[in-house]
Amino acid sequence: MCDKIKINLVVNGEPVTFEVQPHVSLLRALRDNYYYDVKCGCEEGDCGTCTVLLDGIATKSCITLAAACEGHEVWTDKGLGYNDALAARLQAAFVECGSIQCGFCSPGMIVAGVHYLKHGGKADRRAIKRSISGNLCRCTGYVKIVDAIYKVAQEIERGALA
Amino acid sequence: MKKNLQLVGTAVPRHDAWAKAKGEQLYSDDFTMPQMLYGKVLRSKYPAAILRGIDISKAKALPGVRAVLTAADVPKNEDITKFGQMRDVGGGFEGLYKVLANGKVRSKSEAIALVAADTEELAEYACTLIEVDYEVTEGVFDPRESIKEGAYVVSSEDKDNIVMRTKVEDGDINAAWALCDVVVEGDYFTTPHEHAYIETEGGMAWIDENEVVTLRVGTQVLEHYRTMAKILGLPHTKVRNMSVPMGGGFGGKEDMTVEMYLALLTLATRRPVKMVWSREESMDTHAKRHPEYLHYKTGATKDGKIMAQEVSIVMDSGSYTYLTPWVQMYSTQAAAGPYQIPNVRVQSVSAFTNNTFSSANRGFGGTQVNFAYERQIEELAAKLNMSPLELRRRNIVHNGDPLPTGFIPQGHIALEELLAKVDKELNRTPKPERLPDGRKVGRAIAIGHMVYGRLTFLHDSSRVSLRVELDGSVTLRAGVPDLGGGQASVLCQIIAEELGLKITDVHPYIMDTHLTPLCGTTTATRQLYMSGNATYKCVSIMKERVLEKASSILGYPPDMLELANRKVYLINNPLVNIPFETVIGHISNDGGELELIAQFNAPFTEVPDLADIKSRLNPDLTYTCHGVEVAVDEETGQFEMLRLIAACDAGKMINKNSCEGQIEGGAVYDALWATHEDLQWRNGITKANNFSTYLIPTSVDVPDVETIILESGGGLGPYGAKGVGEPSDNSIAPALVNAIRDAIGTGLNLNKMPVTAEKILAAVKGIDIEK
Repeated sequence: MCDKIKINLVVNGEPVTFEVQPHVSLLRALRDNYYYDVKCGCEEGDCGTCTVLLDGIATKSCITLAAACEGHEVWTDKGLGYNDALAARLQAAFVECGSIQCGFCSPGMIVAGVHYLKHGGKADRRAIKRSISGNLCRCTGYVKIVDAIYKVAQEIERGALA
Repeated sequence: MKKNLQLVGTAVPRHDAWAKAKGEQLYSDDFTMPQMLYGKVLRSKYPAAILRGIDISKAKALPGVRAVLTAADVPKNEDITKFGQMRDVGGGFEGLYKVLANGKVRSKSEAIALVAADTEELAEYACTLIEVDYEVTEGVFDPRESIKEGAYVVSSEDKDNIVMRTKVEDGDINAAWALCDVVVEGDYFTTPHEHAYIETEGGMAWIDENEVVTLRVGTQVLEHYRTMAKILGLPHTKVRNMSVPMGGGFGGKEDMTVEMYLALLTLATRRPVKMVWSREESMDTHAKRHPEYLHYKTGATKDGKIMAQEVSIVMDSGSYTYLTPWVQMYSTQAAAGPYQIPNVRVQSVSAFTNNTFSSANRGFGGTQVNFAYERQIEELAAKLNMSPLELRRRNIVHNGDPLPTGFIPQGHIALEELLAKVDKELNRTPKPERLPDGRKVGRAIAIGHMVYGRLTFLHDSSRVSLRVELDGSVTLRAGVPDLGGGQASVLCQIIAEELGLKITDVHPYIMDTHLTPLCGTTTATRQLYMSGNATYKCVSIMKERVLEKASSILGYPPDMLELANRKVYLINNPLVNIPFETVIGHISNDGGELELIAQFNAPFTEVPDLADIKSRLNPDLTYTCHGVEVAVDEETGQFEMLRLIAACDAGKMINKNSCEGQIEGGAVYDALWATHEDLQWRNGITKANNFSTYLIPTSVDVPDVETIILESGGGLGPYGAKGVGEPSDNSIAPALVNAIRDAIGTGLNLNKMPVTAEKILAAVKGIDIEK
């Protein structure tokens, strides 16, 4: 086994240092440090439940090397909810719209939705579906997930959200 | 029953939604303990082999490896399979359950040895040091072969591969063919189906200060603790599961997963142990929906009255028995579909093979036969030159009609309404021949019936308790495994409704075998029916107590009072009222009981005669109808689903969002089963064992489900509710394939899954791929 290396990054607004082996993914590094809201579903970049914002971009943490995140900024669903009004609103919309069943895809799905909305995504069901197509959900059939993102996109378009 | 419902039927947020949205819900993999070890399973390299020896010395000698266990280390390595039922059923229903392999290895995924080590990587490495001496054998991978005399015998324990044979017969099938003007016949195949929950199996175990083997494992069946105790040689009281919500189950977490392995490793090491399966391990290992080979022959008069249907089914049980006999009962009972056919014979046989074992998957034997009979109806309609809708209308069952077993369902049968609504919606505009891009358009409707509640000869029961606190809030205690359907939250909604509270006034404490009354399994679409009724019974007793006390305080009879807004009101003069909390205070002061437990029992029957089933098997059924519009590209054979309409008689919605969520999610769960979800089993090896090869629907693969919910009030659950979890994935697969048939104008190559683009393209060109 290789020696561990230290990486410095900012997670949910706080500077942290992770000691990890060089081959370890960002997902493993986060979960080893108790960021348990970042879920592991496949570790192959297929399911998207490990999605986090890396420098503001929705990123699958299981196929991102932790060592490559030196100096970068990571936001998880839980961190976003307590620090970002739009993310908190989207979380609430997931609750209101019945978008959550087992909830295992929800953190990654919400991060994907936050990315969409923060990058000018409109209240357009087809575009929303494309933006979350890298995140698998086996419970909902996606209808109510799209409903929630659509609802917040509408609120942004109406100026109801900053 | 309360008339003016305030909360039941609304889309009030589920209690568990907030934690899940905020990333605060902890699942099986989200716990850790000091001194915790990691467990790994060594699995067979071959699907069929004889285990000649296992040498664990090198693995055991590795520093940091704390335990290596084989079958010889398991106190009672073999037991009969039990699935939380309260009754020993016997009659061949309970097959062998083996913890670790010995003798013949039956499938590639079978567990041979367990390792616990300081790190996950070390445990994985130690597995590679275990030397297994295999004598590789031929194996058998097709149940049609394995039922034959002289076939390779899969197990070391049996003389042949037959798991069960059974039959349902009604009328005189042999004489009936003479009454038919038109007969259609076909062979059908349904593929094994993967649950593909996003959370793989996992959890942890430790030994507590009272020598209790304690687990944190998400499971659909808390009652597995009893089987565990038996295997470990411990009293039932010394095994506990403080379970956690599952990241999806769909039947795949109905059999034991990591529980036994964790318990053995924690007992061997006296340290906490964690085990989580990788996606590949999960897909290689856990049960699949039974592959079924079906033959259907159906005859009708020229005016479309179905007179006869004969069905034979061969089911692939895979490597072990597990729930095969039960699934077989469902398939056999449901095989003739929701049609009134006077002469029916259904024969079925299940058999072992060296494939991954088959067991529960949402639909439980109902979906396979549904695909076959709805394909058959479509071909019969074509041969009769009659619209498939009209043929269905002329033959569907109505209230009072018996099933071929002779049982007359008690609940409402809404097929006529469902067909009418879906047809109206699907054909609200005339069907174009082609889209502007040239693709052919097809539309079709399929129907289905599926039971809710367990087999009645299992003598099913559920119990819940509730405690009213002195501030008027309520704690529900229920051993109800929540796999994501909102199984616990609907119980809170019922309590809040009846006591006039907000749903947030009711706190659920769930899923702990030592602290919560056992609700039975979250399977068989039974929780709302069973635990919903237990909850309704429990809260009704509490409600009566509250009304009696309020009556003595206010001086009006209890039947003139009602509970709402955390108060007890005089119905015809709301100014006369008393806070709920105050009434509770009086009950407490007077020594009244504020903690209650209540039990609901399903109807009980005896085990039927398998050679000729003539009795009730289930409490009731739920009816569904799906409508699909597709566009088929005749150049490539590829299709796009343009519309998906899902309709269901829910009896009564308890939570609107949760009910719609089941019907939408169920439709998508099986939407691509017939066409895209292919595990690519090849001689016992699962070639598609991850999400880049096994393709479940993404958000862009399916249209927005258009949901139609009927509320007939004709169910056996609380407020007339029916179960919807499993029925919701019935009838979608044949609706899709029949829509493809409608587009291309032929049923060629469409009866055997997977219905690939290649097969569709061949059908368009008139090529029979089997010739």
